[in-house]
Amino acid sequence: MIEIKNLHAEVEGKKILKGVNLTINSGEVHAIMGPNGAGKSTLSYIISGREGYNITKGDILFDGISMLDMLPEERAAAGLFLAFQYPVEIAGVHMTNFLKAAVNSIRKMRKEEELDALSFLKLMKEKVKKLGVKEEMLKRPLNVDCSGGEKKRNEILQMAMLEPKFAVLDETDSGLDIDALKIVANGVNSLRSPERSFLVITHYQRLLDYIIPDYVHVLSNGKIVKSGDANLAKELEENGYAEFEAA
Amino acid sequence: MAVKKETIEQIEKLGKYDAGFVTDIESDKAPKGLNEDIVRFISKKKNEPEWMLEARLKAFKCWEKMPEPEWANVDFPKIDYQDAYYYSAPKMENPPKSLDEVDPKLLETYEKLGIPLREREILAGVAVDAVFDSVSVATTYKDTLKKAGVIFCSISEAIQEYPELIKKYMGSVVPYHDNKHACLNAAIFTDGSFVYVPENTKCPMELSTYFRINELNTGQFERTLIIADKGAYVSYLEGCTAPMRDERQLHAAVVELIAHDDAEIKYSTVQNWYPGDETGKGGIYNFVTKRGICEGRNSKISWTQIETGSAITWKYPSCILKGDNSSGEFYSVAITNNMQQADTGTKMIHIGENTKSRIISKGISAGKSNQTYRGLVKILPGAKKARNYTQCDSLLIGKQCGAHTIPYIENRNNTAQIEHEATTSKISEDNLFYCRQRGINEEEAVALIVNGFCRDVMQHLPMEFAVEAQSLVKVSLEGSVG
Repeated sequence: MIEIKNLHAEVEGKKILKGVNLTINSGEVHAIMGPNGAGKSTLSYIISGREGYNITKGDILFDGISMLDMLPEERAAAGLFLAFQYPVEIAGVHMTNFLKAAVNSIRKMRKEEELDALSFLKLMKEKVKKLGVKEEMLKRPLNVDCSGGEKKRNEILQMAMLEPKFAVLDETDSGLDIDALKIVANGVNSLRSPERSFLVITHYQRLLDYIIPDYVHVLSNGKIVKSGDANLAKELEENGYAEFEAA
Repeated sequence: MAVKKETIEQIEKLGKYDAGFVTDIESDKAPKGLNEDIVRFISKKKNEPEWMLEARLKAFKCWEKMPEPEWANVDFPKIDYQDAYYYSAPKMENPPKSLDEVDPKLLETYEKLGIPLREREILAGVAVDAVFDSVSVATTYKDTLKKAGVIFCSISEAIQEYPELIKKYMGSVVPYHDNKHACLNAAIFTDGSFVYVPENTKCPMELSTYFRINELNTGQFERTLIIADKGAYVSYLEGCTAPMRDERQLHAAVVELIAHDDAEIKYSTVQNWYPGDETGKGGIYNFVTKRGICEGRNSKISWTQIETGSAITWKYPSCILKGDNSSGEFYSVAITNNMQQADTGTKMIHIGENTKSRIISKGISAGKSNQTYRGLVKILPGAKKARNYTQCDSLLIGKQCGAHTIPYIENRNNTAQIEHEATTSKISEDNLFYCRQRGINEEEAVALIVNGFCRDVMQHLPMEFAVEAQSLVKVSLEGSVG
């Protein structure tokens, strides 16, 4: 369902991605690991359509259709979700209102009927219960005065509400203690399904103890240099990235 | 009528300013220009008593000598006062006795503006005193108000019917010589609203007036006077909207509020006068003097304003806190886009003991617009234990706009407590991208973020208008990004 083909990209003239190839089928969970500066976050931004990246070669296909000319909101409507490494804070906009705006604008783009306040609240309550998010969070302005763990939980709640076909988790584990990490991982696991695929980007192996991936890839210097199963993550934990950085 | 056609074509082309159309009604207007005869003409048209004419002439003589205020951070060519009409009324043989007698075209105009004039269409509990150019054409819900003892009528009617109240209060808060624009208004005001809420009465509904400038080249000079007697409460909403014009139009209104012991007046404004086009052509000059006095103990005056329109805004709704324990509030959202200029803020004058004031100002500048918050907090020697809290937040959209904050604080009592907080921020690319990744397009995202930014102020608007105000925020910022 997601095919990244020979992707080359630059930022301000600097080559960051130098030919990334990756295919993720429905229901699969892939992890990308790699040293700092390998281009992991760049890859997540390019997939979601952030401006400021120059794609010089290659393509990204989503269900066989190239996404490169699509706006970020159009990609979201197509079923792409990015859980941010650093979720933003928006003062004065309550989580509930934000989510309602998001859910309904996606429905609108898909030419589906928008949810009225009542059906929306019902849906949200279900998801909140399932993920064990505190209802009090919903009344707060988006991510304002939230701990790192709460912010990441908000991301997972948003993912649950938007029900994407393909979710990218960008360093979701950064800044989390072990308890928060477990809660977030459980949230992700509860959303795993044969119709949904994930790309988990992480620097450390420990997240992958809780979200067990089907495939692990090592991204180094703008290329995938090694692929394997979940065991590859454990090897990396023991040996570090030195071997790949040298290459 | 050629003008009408042209305007409709303009709107169709732009498709942006919903309220921009001109009603085709023969008007009854005074000759162009401003002189003593015009003042007499207006007074005669309104069949005013001699004392009112004298007051007008006195103001006019003063106006002729008065200099223009030049301290505001706005820039515009000198106004040619002789190149405008100062009186224009929709033509009517006899004043209407009920809505059925009102020119249907006029009613249509209000319908297009979304003002529910007919009683059956009225939002539950809202009475509308509609000012069409210079004459009040219809007043609704008068009976309900009458039963409560509340007087809500046009100022022209009040001059005829309640001369004692007018003589006592008009000009008591904003004297005719206050400033050049207020002085002009005192000389040639054409209509406006009058509200009197008697002792211990809670006005049974929100009062609302839509002002509308319709005639080409006519200034709108309305005058509003609201009196809340001891223990009374009233909430008043003023909404404005003007058709699209190339010419500059002058709007110099005066609003006076008087709150006696234990009384409360809540005055809300949603202002979307035509702001001019993207290049700065056309638009309203909005030079308004609004001031309230907390005359009695424990009285309270609260100004809430959502300002999105006008080419130039010069406006400082103020409170004179004279009664002990009285309090004044100012909640403001000002949005400027394209070439708009706004110099706005408030004045809180603490005279009585234990007086409190609270100022929350949210300024949003986009395009090439320029905005200044100018506020004065003045604590007089007798104002023991006075307290003020001021918060001024500015939000910038794009790289070509400007925001300035100029707080003046004069404290002459050392028991006073004054707090001032100010922030300036930008809508960051991070925030926009985050919203877009969630499926919210750029324009919606800006509206969402700006409405969040204004939330502290919006929540002070009467419920019925909060939704309208939110969509106004969105419309005002259209095309401000990307």
